[in-house]
Amino acid sequence: MKRFAGWTLASPATLLIVVFLVLPVLATIVTTFTTPGGPFATYAAFFGSGFRRTVLWRTVQVSLATTAVSLVIGFLTAYVVSRSPGWLKSILIIAAVFPLLTGVVVRSFAWLIILGKNGILNSTLLKLGLISEPLTMLYTQGAVVVAMVYLFVPLMILTLVGVLEGIPDDLIQASASLGAKPAATFMQVTLPLAVPGLIVGAVLVFTGSFTSYATPQLLGGEQVMMMGTLMYQQAMVTFDWVAASTIAAVMVVITIAIVLLMTRVARRLNPMAV
Amino acid sequence: MMTRKIHPLLIAGTVLVFMFLVGPLIIVLGAALSDTTYLTFPPQGLSLRWFENIFEIDAFRRTIFTSLQIALLSTSIALLIGIPAAYALNRYRIQLPGWLSTLFVLPVLVPELVLGFSLLKNVAVQYNSPIYISLLFGHSLLVLPYVIRVISASLAAFDFSIEEAAISLGSPPLKTFFTILLPNVRSGVIAAFILAFITSINDVSISIFLTGPGLSTLPIQLLAHMEQFFDPTVASVSVLLMILTVAVMAIVERTLGLTFLAK
Repeated sequence: MKRFAGWTLASPATLLIVVFLVLPVLATIVTTFTTPGGPFATYAAFFGSGFRRTVLWRTVQVSLATTAVSLVIGFLTAYVVSRSPGWLKSILIIAAVFPLLTGVVVRSFAWLIILGKNGILNSTLLKLGLISEPLTMLYTQGAVVVAMVYLFVPLMILTLVGVLEGIPDDLIQASASLGAKPAATFMQVTLPLAVPGLIVGAVLVFTGSFTSYATPQLLGGEQVMMMGTLMYQQAMVTFDWVAASTIAAVMVVITIAIVLLMTRVARRLNPMAV
Repeated sequence: MMTRKIHPLLIAGTVLVFMFLVGPLIIVLGAALSDTTYLTFPPQGLSLRWFENIFEIDAFRRTIFTSLQIALLSTSIALLIGIPAAYALNRYRIQLPGWLSTLFVLPVLVPELVLGFSLLKNVAVQYNSPIYISLLFGHSLLVLPYVIRVISASLAAFDFSIEEAAISLGSPPLKTFFTILLPNVRSGVIAAFILAFITSINDVSISIFLTGPGLSTLPIQLLAHMEQFFDPTVASVSVLLMILTVAVMAIVERTLGLTFLAK
């Protein structure tokens, strides 16, 4: 009986994942290949439409911009946090965890108040006399990127603090005692050792941005349609479920391909792996 | 650890980053306290009337209740099946095939929007089943990875020989579970519960497809309200959610320590 103990204990969770995730998602993907027009008709329609290609390309652009900015901000901040004395580090980690645990709607809503036509930024700029009439900041690609960076920087900071704390202090000290200047130690020891962690963080942010819904919906609207908002619109507004399934399939393939590829790259680039 | 000098520019940058992180949430708090009928910051006149307004709007009262119910039920389901699964993955890893751990990563890997849409299309509509069931199991799948990860971390620190001692002394398996294992991973269970709960409460991407007339969750109702009105009610609901977040952080700090989240 003991031989099956593992299976017995794992089976309810396995069943839930298979019945409510694997099968429904597979069914969604399968239906995109069984349309009357032939197995690839829906994909031909997706990539043949200029509008949908624009949406895909825009989603890639926004996600890449979000990832790049979050990486730079997150890494430099995490570096300072990991080098801070204990009490300050606790405060900084609390300040990063708080937004992380606050919902995406609340965090996107904050930017709606800031960037709106009568928002805080516009009224401040008007008061300072820097502009003579309110700028249109909402429903632009820039607004979506700013709000997404806001969404993902805490995640990046926390991931990278964990990575930087995991780097053995002996290596940093060895580098310093062999005469390397702090900048050289950073570039030649800390940074290479952090690369796998940076890749993990980048993958989290890219896939999160690529499949996001609430932020592009609130700050981008119809003007800055992204894959997530387009999928929702096709499924729930125009009720074209084949088109929505096609977008879903494209999302799944791109997400899983990036995760698999980048975990392999991270493993290859890990200097600690022998 | 020795303290090394950090370039002043880096410190200034870090200060700016943290102002960027906390500032917008302070603005939401200020907007919620404003006595005006429109959203503004700094608040003009202090008032709690927008907080009272939340409970006067029927849709908010209903969705707060639904969200709490779904969060409580889905978290319980995830704990009920996630604790045994985490135990199996830690204790009987060699018995289990390698693909099983891959299967357990799938809820993180598959985009939430795709899961929500697939549950709507291939479970709720296809089998004409109540949408509530799809919403509930969708949320259970959403929070399951948190449960497994946190419980696994607690089990990694657990000495299984204590459990073997109890069994060899004649303790039946279920009794061993409740008297030996569970008390030892108690803080992990509490932390898993609370992290899963807040994740479910905040979810948009799965719920957006699984709500409609008659059934909605709080974040979805907030989105809908925002598209029609621009009054401080949304800000005051946001503040309620932030208060919940503070409570969650206090509990996580007491059980796992917040640094667990930086791993």
